[in-house]
Amino acid sequence: MAQAVATKPQPTRRSVKSMYPTWFYIPAGVLYVVLFAIPTFASFYFAFTRWSLQDVEFTGLQNFITFFSEPQLRTGFTNTFIYGFVTSGLKVVFGLALALLLTGQLMARGYLRSVVFFPVLVSAIGVGITFKVLMDPFDGLINSSLEAIGITGPAWLTDPQWALYSVALIDVWKGVGIATLIYIAGLAAIPQEYYEAAKVDGAGGWKNFWHITLPLVRPATATVVLLSLIGGLRSFDLIWATTRGGPGFTSDVIASVIYKQYQAGFYGLSTAGNVVLFIVVTAIVVPVSYFLNRREVER
Amino acid sequence: MRRRAKIRGIVVGSISIVLSVIIFIVPFAFIFLTASKTAAEAALFGFTLPTEWALVENLTEVLTIRNGLIVRAFINSTVITVLSVVLMVVFAAMVGYVLQRRRSRWNPVVNFLVLAGLIVPPAVVPTIWVLQTLGLFATIPGLIFIQATFGLSFCVLLFRAFVSTIPKELDEAATIDGAGPLRIFFGVVAPLLRPVIITVVVVQAVAVFNDFTGPLYFLPGDENATVQLTLYNFQSQTLNQWNLLFMDILLITIPPLVMYIFFNRQIVAGMTSGAVKG
Amino acid sequence: MSVHKRRLLGGTMAAAAAVALVACSGGGGGNGDENVEITLLVQTGGTGPAWGEALIEAFNEEHPEITVTLNSQPGGTEGDNLVKTKLATGEMEDVFTYNTGSLLQAINPDQNLVPLGDEEWASTLIEPFVPVVSTENGLYGAPNGTSQAGGILYNIPIYEELGLEVPTSWDEFMSNNDAIKEAGKTAIIQTYGDTWTSQLFVLGDFGNVTAQDEDWATEYTAGNRKYVEQPALQSFINQQEAYEGDYFNEDFASALFDDGLRMVSTGEGAHYPILSGGVSTIAQNYPDNIGDVGFFPLPAQDAEDTRATIWLPNAVYIPSTTEGEELEAAKLLVEFVNSPEGCRLQVELNVPAGPFATSLCELPSDVPQATQDLQTWVDDGLANPALEFVSPIKGPNLENITVQVGSGISTAEEGAALYDEDVIKQAQQLGLEGW
Repeated sequence: MAQAVATKPQPTRRSVKSMYPTWFYIPAGVLYVVLFAIPTFASFYFAFTRWSLQDVEFTGLQNFITFFSEPQLRTGFTNTFIYGFVTSGLKVVFGLALALLLTGQLMARGYLRSVVFFPVLVSAIGVGITFKVLMDPFDGLINSSLEAIGITGPAWLTDPQWALYSVALIDVWKGVGIATLIYIAGLAAIPQEYYEAAKVDGAGGWKNFWHITLPLVRPATATVVLLSLIGGLRSFDLIWATTRGGPGFTSDVIASVIYKQYQAGFYGLSTAGNVVLFIVVTAIVVPVSYFLNRREVER
Repeated sequence: MRRRAKIRGIVVGSISIVLSVIIFIVPFAFIFLTASKTAAEAALFGFTLPTEWALVENLTEVLTIRNGLIVRAFINSTVITVLSVVLMVVFAAMVGYVLQRRRSRWNPVVNFLVLAGLIVPPAVVPTIWVLQTLGLFATIPGLIFIQATFGLSFCVLLFRAFVSTIPKELDEAATIDGAGPLRIFFGVVAPLLRPVIITVVVVQAVAVFNDFTGPLYFLPGDENATVQLTLYNFQSQTLNQWNLLFMDILLITIPPLVMYIFFNRQIVAGMTSGAVKG
Repeated sequence: MSVHKRRLLGGTMAAAAAVALVACSGGGGGNGDENVEITLLVQTGGTGPAWGEALIEAFNEEHPEITVTLNSQPGGTEGDNLVKTKLATGEMEDVFTYNTGSLLQAINPDQNLVPLGDEEWASTLIEPFVPVVSTENGLYGAPNGTSQAGGILYNIPIYEELGLEVPTSWDEFMSNNDAIKEAGKTAIIQTYGDTWTSQLFVLGDFGNVTAQDEDWATEYTAGNRKYVEQPALQSFINQQEAYEGDYFNEDFASALFDDGLRMVSTGEGAHYPILSGGVSTIAQNYPDNIGDVGFFPLPAQDAEDTRATIWLPNAVYIPSTTEGEELEAAKLLVEFVNSPEGCRLQVELNVPAGPFATSLCELPSDVPQATQDLQTWVDDGLANPALEFVSPIKGPNLENITVQVGSGISTAEEGAALYDEDVIKQAQQLGLEGW
């Protein structure tokens, strides 16, 4: 020990161990194991049972057969993909555009930055109720404003063709502030020298955007895409607060189907749905994450 | 050249302001105006100034409904938010710190578990089953632990990224001074984590306070209702009393808004180090 | 606040009286001044909480030694689930209000509830009510509220203005709809903003199904009857025809239950297929129009088969986790629900939409027109219980399916087939034979 001090702060293996003890993992680990890992593993068993919380009866693959033969599930499945990709796509586009705007020379920049972030602070239920009223097909502010300029707006949340996209739009409205924030941070991390060099080469505007900004802001893009995909594919509260999966089943997603099964007391079936959602989310997010990160390393 | 840019800034800025007002301010103004109207006027859904301001009346009515249910819900939500965020911050910071500092064969496992915690949707009914076995189902402590658990992964990622910006020499110097790991962590490292702690606290406090799914599944019953649940239940209870419903929305939006206004700058700083470089 | 204070005062005074009594009798009672605390759970929708508060206040006048705390929770499918979870976890309040019929069967009464068949009031129940609160092993609930019917609330002034007659067959009903539509009014009101209201074409038609096939419900439970076959398929076809006839209010997709009641009572629309219990809300919100609303059952194809479909009242139950002196106190509270004062409270907040289920209570004389109309059908013996009271099978997604059929998203046949699929899960979960 004394020797280590004398030479240079070059701590031994032993002191590293005691400085950064493994037991620091334990408090978080206990919570994680008990309330997350155990239920997740248990779900792989309960998904194969008919379960009333009191009685468990093993039924093999029956739940999955039921789940997949459920006609609403086909809608739920496609809707989950549509919802996940539409919301994350729009958040990337609007988030980046807003971030570019808000990092440039602009009047009232501080105000704009705050205002874009405000919706993030409102709860999904609050946003849901508010937009249900704003999007009311007849008395709602949106359609009465459109009418004033001679456009007949769609029935938004109550039109089977529009319902899912309307919720997705609300989701983007609510979540774009986070995406913008991440992009602002990402843009700030791009060294100015690149732009200066480009200026020397006579490049500007779009060229800069395509060749400097977009590639260098990729880590932020990866974060935005992954966070909104994870959120979008699992999304429940906003859909439940606005359409409850309706009209009919037209805006149902996997998470809302799971909740309905749970409500009906089909605990085994609901848990099977959880397993399906787990597989879907993992099957999409893991490759996307791999792709986004690998490309970054290559360069 | 510079003047042109300035003019452009003003033009683009003005357009942005107009658009931002339409897209972002109007819905908030709508909430406020509807919350200030009488029941009959609010039911018209109009975007107009109230002909008769009933802001105070609506406020008192909302606060006294069902013997102050909403006040109780506010207390519950505050307790849940504060305690679960404290657990999250302390536990996740400890993990993020050791995870970043020490290379061991545990690292890949822990990293994997953290990512899994971020991606995997929680298995709801089995979680209820575990809580029930522990006697924590439908209790406030139960929900506190749940919220802390579900928030851990995100916090660990932010902490791990931020710890890497703190020079290792600092902890080493402290060791040489004879400090134990707890003293190093809480005395030396934790204060330096301040920026990221603020980010985590704000982001998670808003998330927990605004969470609807958690209480819906894990905290049924009125005596323990959280603000989001009362708002949700309010929909069916206040037939055609949109003014009260929107007053409730207004009330429960204020705490997160205040938090944000206070910590606006720090959030961006924390995000820069965490989410992007991580 | 005032309610609170009064309750507190009343309680204290009565308690003082009780103490005095005990003192006089030389301390013979023993248990009389010992305070027992129990909880009461009501559903938040409608007048539940107000009724609960009034009930507790009245109960405390008689039993000051028992402290009752009121809890509430949402109703509907959400509440069903909460009730199941609370029972499964032993969290249930000491006395709770809940549905009768199949929803009761779904919470496993034999395991979770205290049998009340030996209580004095049990012998006063009307005959059709007994099976809906019982299993093979016992009777579990005391009625709370009056019966109601699923059928059509109609606007009497429109009928008078256009010279229409109350229809008894589907064709008559449709020609009335045409006449109303021609007169420029909404013929049929639909309110899919509250999805449950979309089920009435199907659920409210069940009395007619039973009229055509007496054993339908039993055979349905056994898995031998389906909605894709007649006579039950007709219920879905009716809804499809109503949609295709373009009789609905233009905002049918977003309108709420409350809007529907407003339309039918103020004459914005003529027919509202709904539970007759809606009159209680009309009496509260549109008291001037309560006399303008009448009732008739959803007509069958053949006038011979037209029956009113009856929903029996909800009941109050005690979970088996309530024991000892709490159980005794809970039983007193249950009994009090159908005491003379309890009966009065049941109809004070909720204008009765049909007859009581116990001879202990009597309807007041000034009931609304719609209730009188319904009474005629019941008195003539032209009424059958709704499906949920005669079969434990009810799929959780019916309301979404009927929204689909009623919005033209799917056809009657598709809807019926979807619903047949939907109920399989529930039948399996209940462990019924033949599924």
